[in-house]
Amino acid sequence: MRPVSIIGVGCTKFGERWDDSLRDLVVETGVAAIEDSGVTGEEIDALYVGNMSGGRFVEQEHIGALIADYAGLSRLHIPSTRVEAACASGGLALRQAFLAVASGYCDIVIAAGVEKMTDVSSGVAADALAAAADREWECFFGATFPALYAMMARLHMRRFGTTRDQLSLVAVKNHHHGCLNPISQYQTEITVEDVLCSPMVADPLHILDCSPITDGAAALVLAPAEIAKKYSDTPIRILASAQASDTLALHDRRDLTTLDATVHAGRSAFQQAGLTPPQIDLAEVHDCFTIAEILAIEDLGFVPKGSGGKAVEDGMTALSGALPVNTSGGLKACGHPVGATGIKQAYEIALQLRGEAGKRQVDEAEFGLAHNVGGSGGTAIVHIFSR
Amino acid sequence: MTSKAPRFWRCIPQRYNLIGTHCHNCGEYYFPPRTLCPNCRRDAKIEDYKFKGTGKVVTYTTIYNATEDFDRMTPYSLAIIQLDEGPRLTGQVVAAPEEMRIGMRVKPVFRILGKEGERGIIYYGTKFVPAEEEIR
Ligand SMILES: [Zn+2]
Repeated sequence: MRPVSIIGVGCTKFGERWDDSLRDLVVETGVAAIEDSGVTGEEIDALYVGNMSGGRFVEQEHIGALIADYAGLSRLHIPSTRVEAACASGGLALRQAFLAVASGYCDIVIAAGVEKMTDVSSGVAADALAAAADREWECFFGATFPALYAMMARLHMRRFGTTRDQLSLVAVKNHHHGCLNPISQYQTEITVEDVLCSPMVADPLHILDCSPITDGAAALVLAPAEIAKKYSDTPIRILASAQASDTLALHDRRDLTTLDATVHAGRSAFQQAGLTPPQIDLAEVHDCFTIAEILAIEDLGFVPKGSGGKAVEDGMTALSGALPVNTSGGLKACGHPVGATGIKQAYEIALQLRGEAGKRQVDEAEFGLAHNVGGSGGTAIVHIFSR
Repeated sequence: MTSKAPRFWRCIPQRYNLIGTHCHNCGEYYFPPRTLCPNCRRDAKIEDYKFKGTGKVVTYTTIYNATEDFDRMTPYSLAIIQLDEGPRLTGQVVAAPEEMRIGMRVKPVFRILGKEGERGIIYYGTKFVPAEEEIR
């Protein structure tokens, strides 16, 4: 295995992009990433694209060929592969691209992610997303995604005394970060009261505890570290790439307040990077619901089990805190185009480590972590990056 | 949309009668049924097992905003239930939201679960209701 670097990044504005199709989003982000890296089409050895459900959201499968085609690369016949791991599809695309370069099999590889979610009604979108859970043994009985996380939240509150306000504070913080990020879907501050007054979705989770339906795409260009400087003055090293699986259904998990897939992927990533959690300067974690951010910072080892809510309340995860979490606004405020999210997380970390994060820049950021989850925790992917 | 009927028929024994599996090698019970035992894998001795259906609520939620198939039933309560034999499952509890609590005992009832759109098939399965503590 050889070291791998990110030499170019691109990301579209996230939001309800009524005027743009899936292919428009792909072209916009692909052009941005390729221009940022300065590579030519002829140099690209492979493409990997994360996409959860083109079939349900835009009635289009075969997304691999489509993106190569619309990125203007069809005449070069570059192999292009779509990867799927529900909401972790983007993180998995990055990992596949990383493995292709690290193994020495490829040199220049694009890792992209895209989801176009607003071409269907919110009911159809919710049902498409529910396919990330166990269709036969969860959804069949009326489970929804918010309901699964609501059940984790309820038990976490009971066991550890996590409060309703602590959940709200995750959303308040991430909306604040979103206001500082030009690509963020939401650019408005919210209060704890706003969260509590928003409609209930699945008790105890309100609509402002949930990540939104979003259109968006993001892309990264990867290269062997030894030639990265040829393309970029500020290549970002991928120090670790880890992936873990768990039961598809929440009810089969060892513990309903821990995502064991996150624990395993996190441990493996820290081991690969030769780092410990306190050495990380910032993290993008998978806050599909407010409770998910609390679970993530616990399961990744940043705080002891049960104290995630307290850490948020104490400001540890704020932009000015010891570990800024979700400086992009997270899935909650920046938006959650499911297949693109894992790539957008790496995009945000890369900007921060390059010192290009503008108003939300974390001072002297050296090490960053990205954590992407599929479903209710059936897949977790963790990457660690350095300057 | 084409009917998902065969998908429903296929699981009727399990969903109507709580038929799961039991591994005689390690003693573990599985619901939903598994034909491969994660404990024993190749050494597993799997047989069908009819669960009593009694158990307790491990955690729960009340759903106010559902997918299209369940929208007309909101609000409804959903729980992860630990069956007395050990395994956990996800199911609806027919009880007012304020009645729900972690640790409450439940027993199974046979009910309509949902309807596939306006003219689609009606499908049935097991729901749960609060049970008196006298059971144990
Ligand atoms: Zn066994």
